[in-house]
Amino acid sequence: MSQRPITEDDLHALVDGLLDSSRQAEVDAYLAEQPAVAARVDAYRRQRAALREALAPVAAEPVPPELNLARLIEARRRPGRVPWQMAAAVVLALGLGGSGGWWLHGRMSPAPAGIAALAQQAAESYAAFVPDRERPVELHAADSATLVRWASTRLGRQVKVPDLSGQGYRLMGGRLVPTTQGAAVMFMFDDDRGSRLVLLTRPMAVDRDTPMAHRDDGTVQAFTWATEGNGYSLVGSLPPATLHPIADEVRQQMRRV
Amino acid sequence: MTDTVQSLEPMIPALRRYARALLRDRSAADDLVQDGLERALSRWHLRRAEGNARAWVFAILHNLAINRLRQGARRGPHLPLEEVAEPGMPPVQDDALRHRDLLRALDTLPEDQRSVLLLVSVEDLSYAEAAAALGVPVGTVMSRLARGRERLRQAMEGEAASAEVPHLRRVK
Repeated sequence: MSQRPITEDDLHALVDGLLDSSRQAEVDAYLAEQPAVAARVDAYRRQRAALREALAPVAAEPVPPELNLARLIEARRRPGRVPWQMAAAVVLALGLGGSGGWWLHGRMSPAPAGIAALAQQAAESYAAFVPDRERPVELHAADSATLVRWASTRLGRQVKVPDLSGQGYRLMGGRLVPTTQGAAVMFMFDDDRGSRLVLLTRPMAVDRDTPMAHRDDGTVQAFTWATEGNGYSLVGSLPPATLHPIADEVRQQMRRV
Repeated sequence: MTDTVQSLEPMIPALRRYARALLRDRSAADDLVQDGLERALSRWHLRRAEGNARAWVFAILHNLAINRLRQGARRGPHLPLEEVAEPGMPPVQDDALRHRDLLRALDTLPEDQRSVLLLVSVEDLSYAEAAAALGVPVGTVMSRLARGRERLRQAMEGEAASAEVPHLRRVK
């Protein structure tokens, strides 16, 4: 017979009907000898039943039309869903990129190289893929083994996905991204609130070992560094003070490749 | 999409109940559920295959509810616009009053205890599922559940906030 002491957790599991039968017998035997505790457990049982009873009418109501799932799905499929502001912004961006951008090219700034180029490419990947609601990543986290194998083959070196669960972020998946310096791999992460991070990594010809640098694009922040010929850039729409420790964590984990 | 509908649709009454219990306002709660369903639909393919769909959907709804409650807190005290008992299915008068008192007492609990109490006691989430939905360890769920139940019991019994729950040890 078990001598494990009865815990407060046991009492709640008893109330919620989550104890296995042998443990339940032990808790019942304990309560038979402890009338004060038994009274408290009874009160919790009544409370549980009363809460369910008080709220049951809500679940019994007919579901209102605005929560009709078929209609919500239909509304998502309708092509008119892109708000005009977003469409206008795309047209404007295409215009600027096509004419103004080309005019500026080579006049204003020399093409960035090294980690500056990587930071730029990471910010571009962030802008292109993070707002994508349909297919932000090409291979999902469920296929992470395939993703890592594919990425490692394409970059010609072992690629590792950092584990950011300690920071509240989970891997959504990844994709291959073209850059002037060749293929790069993008990993995307998100947290429960839908905040997304992008990590872009590729081999470096210039700046093969470089300390972390911060780039501020206003709403988007990038932390970029290189270790042993591998460049990394972490981009997110978070305050630098929040993103920086996450970048430190990625760097720490990547050292252990 | 059919598997999405098959998984999501049966959850809607429970999602409405949870949102209503937290916000205590019918139209605000249904707006919240609509936001939650839209979000769940758009992110359904990103759901972890090994994960629990129910905990995942409750997590989405819970996060939206918390944001809404925090916005409300900034705007001033929350005044429930509507009691849960509905016209059309008139309960016994005593029951209606008892339920109203209980839900009012529930409103006085800190939000983190209220959420756990509702997810576990009413929505039948396991402790692990509640932990996943709230993004906290199971131990935190257990301590919030214990504190929430005790606090609600004392509120209902009209007791003054008394000493902590005695630490239990099996004596023999």
